[in-house]
Amino acid sequence: MNIYKYASPVTFYPLAGKMMPYFAVLAAVLGVAGLTMGLFFAPVDFQQGEVYRIIFIHVASSWMAMFIYLVMAAYGVLALSFQTRLASMMIEALAPTGAMFTALALLTGALWGKPTWGTYWVWDGRMTSTLILLFLYVGYLALIHAIEEQKRADKAGALLVIVGSINVPIIYFSVVWWNSLHQGLSVSVKSGTKMAPIMALAMLLTALACWLYSIAVALVRVRAIILERELENSLENTMENNLGKSI
Amino acid sequence: MNWGEFFSMGGRAEFVWGSFGAVALALAVEVIVLRLRFKRAKAASEASHVSRTMKT
Repeated sequence: MNIYKYASPVTFYPLAGKMMPYFAVLAAVLGVAGLTMGLFFAPVDFQQGEVYRIIFIHVASSWMAMFIYLVMAAYGVLALSFQTRLASMMIEALAPTGAMFTALALLTGALWGKPTWGTYWVWDGRMTSTLILLFLYVGYLALIHAIEEQKRADKAGALLVIVGSINVPIIYFSVVWWNSLHQGLSVSVKSGTKMAPIMALAMLLTALACWLYSIAVALVRVRAIILERELENSLENTMENNLGKSI
Repeated sequence: MNWGEFFSMGGRAEFVWGSFGAVALALAVEVIVLRLRFKRAKAASEASHVSRTMKT
């Protein structure tokens, strides 16, 4: 099988349509399982009480906010180095979902902060860098829609996404680097998890559900983008042909 | 299990359910908006000649 074949929007379009339902169904199943476990079976946190249950969506949203941006940056590298149209379309397809999860991470974080820390917001490293991430998503979308010529918009967008990805490690390590109101890492590669196993499992399930949801949504959006761009190209071609004939 | 106790979330219902509600609402809105966008794109594409090159 030639995998390069699928780098072409025309061949990727039906493939994306076929794959999408699997991701959507799996996302729903894991989401329901994770929420059931998190809301009904996970024990109450001895320090934070019931409010801690917000982590089951807050952590998933925050991970997606960072992860989607990194995936966009990886597509940005592909787009710039191989000039693949599909890579640029994938960046465009992922950005709205990434922005949404970033906004949700900030909102659920604020709703957790108020009862736990006594404030909705502080300008600490983690929250400030996450807010910058939201601006990076919105800035990318504004940029590509402001440039009329598709190729130039794609190039500028890919470049912005690559440069902006420096912010993601800053978000991740912010709680380690700076003394912060935000709690430290609950799950880390080095020391494993500091939570009860059922809490960690519920969190992992909701995170996985959000991940699969994002893939499903991005697949539908990239299909819409493929159709929209093809239509735009064909309209431009017809217009040029008609102009050519009239002259 | 006591449902009243469950929904009260230790007296922090507005924060917990506010968070879950916001996420549910955001996902629902995204799915609905995206569906409309895809349907519109598909209809426009089928109306033009592009539909011949795009199957399914």
